[in-house]
Amino acid sequence: MLDLKGYGPELLAGAMVTMELAFLSLAVSLILGLVGASAKLSDNRPLRAIATTYTTCIRGVPDIVMMMLFYYGGQLAVNSLSDVLWEAYEIDFFFQFDPFISGVVTIGLIFGAYMTETFRGAFLAVDTGQIEAARAYGFSRWHTFRRIIFPQMLRHALPGIGNNWQVLLKTTALVSIIGLTDMVRVAEEAAKAERMPFHFFIPVAFVYLSLTAVSELFIKWLDIRANVGVVQRS
Amino acid sequence: MADQAPLICRDICKTFDKLEVLKGISLETQKGDVVSLIGSSGSGKSTFLRCINLLETPTSGEIIVQGDPIRFAQNRKGERIPADNHQVELIRAKLSMVFQGFNLWSHMTVLENIIEAPIHVLKVPKKEAIERAEGYLHKVGIYERKDYYPAQMSGGQQQRAAIARALAMEPDVMLFDEPTSALDPELVGEVLRVMQSLAEEGRTMIVVTHEMAFAKDVSTKVLFLHQGVIEEQGSPTKVFDNPESERMQQFLAPKFG
Repeated sequence: MLDLKGYGPELLAGAMVTMELAFLSLAVSLILGLVGASAKLSDNRPLRAIATTYTTCIRGVPDIVMMMLFYYGGQLAVNSLSDVLWEAYEIDFFFQFDPFISGVVTIGLIFGAYMTETFRGAFLAVDTGQIEAARAYGFSRWHTFRRIIFPQMLRHALPGIGNNWQVLLKTTALVSIIGLTDMVRVAEEAAKAERMPFHFFIPVAFVYLSLTAVSELFIKWLDIRANVGVVQRS
Repeated sequence: MADQAPLICRDICKTFDKLEVLKGISLETQKGDVVSLIGSSGSGKSTFLRCINLLETPTSGEIIVQGDPIRFAQNRKGERIPADNHQVELIRAKLSMVFQGFNLWSHMTVLENIIEAPIHVLKVPKKEAIERAEGYLHKVGIYERKDYYPAQMSGGQQQRAAIARALAMEPDVMLFDEPTSALDPELVGEVLRVMQSLAEEGRTMIVVTHEMAFAKDVSTKVLFLHQGVIEEQGSPTKVFDNPESERMQQFLAPKFG
């Protein structure tokens, strides 16, 4: 049996942190992606400019630099906001910008930019005739989006979402740098203390691999559901 | 109210950028009219049809559906836009459209395509919508395909499904935008036969078409458009057998020569 030298529970807790971080970041990135794509495709020029600045900046800066910026800069921002609010309005507002929040915010923001591009392409891939038919039958804008555009867009977006998700899951390993006790951090400490790097990092690699493998199956299942009604061309 | 004109269009003009596509088209229909819009490509007949249900906003002119005139306003750039989107949605629900490219929603089965708008736009209870849909599917002859997805059917079957979708709205006027132009020649007949049966039931229809036999034999009124104006109009016998305008004579000439 695999002997984890008493680090087993800690590694398990670290794996839970990794998963929580990954799922929360995914939720943030999906919302940002939908908002970003809608902004990029809107008729409103300032909105388009903001969304373009967002995707350009985020995609052009290394993930680790972003993470440092948000971790150190995030607390500074909260501190100064807190000072201003107290001095001006006597409002007592403060929270600790901990590594977990920094992680979710940073990873969510980074992948929100990639999701923006994924969704933008997917929205553009929806045949205009489908939308026109909805308009011609008296659908409201919201109803057209919910019943026609969104389900058809999803088919085109899923491969990109799946891809982003796998990269996102692996990017969570970066949070060990800003002091969050995720799986990688625990393994690193254990490996140093026991002088057995392979002993601890190989199980970690397998955990990531099994998470991504399960995700792949799940995405495939979603893909089949989203492609209903489409004649497969192989 | 029973004898009210289902659709009146007065002096419809449409300009795209600098290009004047429609230069004042008027049309008044009575209940049961089958109006064929004919003319060469670029004559503006499809644009006119798309103006009727506001898929294009006419630059000027009036549209009155069942006595209800569509209200317009201006946006900041001074362009004309519909004043009340809800009114437009209500009016579109009364004018169902059949497209050249069918435009059935590809992620829904045929039955789902047909009940979608009645349930969500007209607020018909689901059970009733399904019964209604099945009736129309029998009528267009594809009941046994109701659980198929559009991509699994031939073009002719898809277009008949699209006609059933239009019928399920129980519209005041049906708009057909070149319904057979995207079909293989051997599939045109089945769609035209369905349309002919609808005409015989006394449904009010406006049909943009290149099928001269349909225009001549089925319609009650023919409009010949050329470069955005009505060059010739009247009963099919008058337009086809005794055309007054030179354009119409030229348009018909190759078909008889």
